Order: sequence, then C-alpha cells, then structure tokens
Amino acid sequence: MPAKGAMTVRPEAPVREPRTVKGREPRPVGAHADAVRVVAVSRAYATRRGPVRALGGMSLRARAGEVVAVVGPSGCGKSTLLELICRLQAPDAGSVEGAPAVLMAQRDLLLPWASALDNAALPLLVAGARRARARERARPLFAQLGLGGFETAMPHELSGGMRQRVAVLRTLLAGKPVLALDEPFASLDALTRAQTQEWLAQALARESRTVVLVTHDVEEAVVLADRVVVMSPRPGRDVASLPVEIARPRRRTDPAVVALRERTLEALGAQT
Amino acid sequence: MRPLVRGATGGAGVLRAIVLATALLGGWQAYAQLSGIDDFLLPAPTEVARALYHDRSLLWQQLTVTAGEVLLGIVVALVAGLACALTLHLWRAVRRTAYPLLVASQTVPIVIVAPLLVAWWGFDLAPKLAIVGLVCFFPVTVTTLDGLGSVDPELRKLMRTLDASRWQTLRRVEAPAALPALFSGARIAVAVAVIGAVLAEQAGSSDGLGHLIIQSIPQFETARAYAAVAVLSAFAIALFGALTLAERQLLPWAHRPTGGTP
Repeated sequence: MPAKGAMTVRPEAPVREPRTVKGREPRPVGAHADAVRVVAVSRAYATRRGPVRALGGMSLRARAGEVVAVVGPSGCGKSTLLELICRLQAPDAGSVEGAPAVLMAQRDLLLPWASALDNAALPLLVAGARRARARERARPLFAQLGLGGFETAMPHELSGGMRQRVAVLRTLLAGKPVLALDEPFASLDALTRAQTQEWLAQALARESRTVVLVTHDVEEAVVLADRVVVMSPRPGRDVASLPVEIARPRRRTDPAVVALRERTLEALGAQT
Repeated sequence: MRPLVRGATGGAGVLRAIVLATALLGGWQAYAQLSGIDDFLLPAPTEVARALYHDRSLLWQQLTVTAGEVLLGIVVALVAGLACALTLHLWRAVRRTAYPLLVASQTVPIVIVAPLLVAWWGFDLAPKLAIVGLVCFFPVTVTTLDGLGSVDPELRKLMRTLDASRWQTLRRVEAPAALPALFSGARIAVAVAVIGAVLAEQAGSSDGLGHLIIQSIPQFETARAYAAVAVLSAFAIALFGALTLAERQLLPWAHRPTGGTP
C-alpha cells in the first residue's frame, strides 16, 4: 500500500525499464531542461488534391513541468504537432527532441469491455504488469483525483465528463513525463467542460507533468496553462507566446483571465 | 426486464413470427388437402407431424449423429477461421495473396467435392468434418477479419504512444473488439453447417438425418423426409439461439450504446 498523503505516479518510477522501440527512442534531452523542444518543424501530407502543408516553421518549447497551451484556427496543424511530439510521425524538416510523450485524444477511447479501473490501468498492463498489480497501482489515483467509487463502473455507465477523467487517469498512468492533450474536453458540454478543466488543473497540481495542451478554447488555454502559444493558419507556425502570470486557482471571471483571453483572441484574430 | 435488442426477439416479434408460421402452415395444409395432391409428393403438415411422432426415436438417433458432425465441424471451422483471420490480419502481404484464394475456396461446389472426400476417407467422420469446416470457416474468417480491423485508428495511435507491441495491441484491443464479429460469423456458420452436414451424409454415409432423407424418398416415406428437415431446422434454430444467448452473457458490452463517444 502506498503511503498516505500526496502519493503521486512519478514519471521516473516506471513499472519496467522503458522499452526502446526501434526508431522511437526518446532523444537525449541534453543540457537544457526543455521537456519538449520543437524547432522550425515543417510537415506536409500527400492528399488526393496534392500536398498539404500542415506545419511550416513551427517551434515550441516546454520546460519540464510547464503547461503550454497551443491555440490556433482549425486545421492549422495542431494535431500534427502533437503527433510529432509523441513520435507518431517524423518531421520533413526541423527537429523534435525531448522526453517521451503520451497522447490523449479528444474522444475518450475507453475500451467498452473493461471497467474504469482496468481502462485507467491499461498502460500498466501494456507495460507488462499483472492485472492485480496494475489495479493496485491505479486504485490510489482514483481516490486522490475524486473518482473513488467509480472503479468498477463500465464506460457506458459513466457520463461524458467522467469518461474523460478516466481517460486522463489512463494518460497519467502511462508514466511519461510529457502529456500531449489533443482538445481533451472539446466533446463535452460547456458546464461539464468547465468542471473537468477545474479538475484537470487540480490533477496537474498533484501530478507534476509537462503538458502540451492543444485547444480551440482560448478560455481553457488561459485557465489551465503557464503559457499560451498562438499558431497561424495552415501551414501552422508559432506567431505569439503569451505567458499566463495569474495565480492559481484561476476563475474564468477573474479580470486578469478575461484580459488575457482578449489578448489571445486578438493575437488569433490578427492571423485569420 | 431489459427489453431485448433487435425487434425480432421482443415479445411482439415472437408473436408475429408465430402468426406468420401458422399462416404458412395453414396455407400448406389447405393446399395439400384441397388440391388432391398425392401424399408422396407433398405430405400435409399433419402428415409430417404424424411422422415426427411415429419416427421420433429413429429421428432422435439420427439427429445425434448429424448434430455431432455439425458441432465438431463448427469447432473445426472456428479454429481454422480464427487462424486464417489472424494470419491475414497480421500479415498484409499474406492477405493480398491469400484472400482471393479463400473466396475461390467458397466457389468450389460441395456437391462435387463431397463424393471425392468420401472416396478418399470413407464413410467416417473425417469427410463430414472437412465439408462442414469448408463451408463454415469462410463466414468466420471474413467477419473476424473485419472485426480485427475495425479498431479506431486513434486507439491504435494511443497504443503506440504507450509503447505497445504488435502483440499487446492485438491482445488488449483488437482481439476483444473482434469478439462480437466472431459471434456473428459463428451464427452464420451454424445455418450453413447443417446444409454442409446433410450434403456430406448424402455423398456417403450409413446414418445421420441426411442419410435418412436420401433413404426415405425412394421408400415413398416423404413425410419422414420432411420430418427430418423439420428436426434439422429446429436444431439449427436452437444452436443459433444458444449462440445469441451466449453472446449476450459473455459480451454484454457489445449490445449497449457506447455512450459519451460522439
């Protein structure tokens, strides 16, 4: 049993030695403390109507423990950026370095045949832990993050907000230093989204991780992030970086939050 | 009680099915009696019912033979179908080269193959299993292969960022996701398995319901042949129903709306 109190799933406490997958080893982080270091990256896709440049000269850095929100007009290559950070694809030009990252998609992608606990424990099972051991490791996180009592619930019994929380737990239990969140709350209704954002802010306060949060919701960006990066329309590149120097917990009605939201929207508006 | 999914299994559905069956039987009965057609050509349902009762021990005995062939044949088909589906799923190159051959295997007329198998392997169980297996493994393969491939590409990406190996993705995600499809394949297989077993018995056999049918017709025991067909149908329906029930019990998640996922 873990000790009482602020028990956390630390990225540096892996269940096993990180598996090295051919061609996907985490690049050495080097002297700088950047957990994510994307430099002047370009990426194009071949489509039926010719090549589409998703990213052109995109740069992004995130220090270890920093929460960086990336906002931009739709189709500006935000998802491509996250897939590059997760090494699901390689850039055509530029470089992507940093610590290993895990992807969380907009849809919860919970396995319908597994309980909430088993869904959250999926990364541990994949890493080779036995089922009992994986559950034992996942269970404390349920209690700490306010999901106690929902362990045995099946995904179809959970509301959209709860499903998304279980998906966040699964992402945390992957034990990777970097979380790549791709519009994680976009499918939720406004009220649930606000509650789930608040919950995520608390969860991240407990679980120090580097987060790259892609969103089209500027308010979400300002409420959750240490820094907001604004992207241009396709081919996407970074055009502004706005530090969010507002004490937490942040309320969306806080004048400082509202003011920064307006500034971010302006920076976005200048791009479209 | 939870309303059972898919209309036909609900109470009203069962009622309608009974009404339809009664109407069809009534029409048949009326035609057989009023047209004056010979009993040897078209026995009335009452004649078939009489044969069912009169020959019940014979029919039961022959059913046990055929049922054994069908059940073992389906097991053969499930094993072969699963192996095929997994192979084709895991190796794209194999899929491209072997899939057309699989389809071709289904165009081989069983009526021609069955006597050949009997000539090679005699009146034993082996040719029956081979024929039932041949007609049944195809639906199992095709549905399971589709099931394995139906996994959300986003989920595959997630598994890749979790450093899941090919085997892990198969075991944790693809295989469970394919189970409902496997059951669908098995249900289709049940229906064709009975036909396969009867054809195999007619090609060469000393017992079984197919053998009984082939014997009854030249003996002018047409009602008995129809009774044998009725027994076969009931058996297939029972198997189909058992599979449906088993799926509900084993895979309850497959029959629920997925909820929050848009």
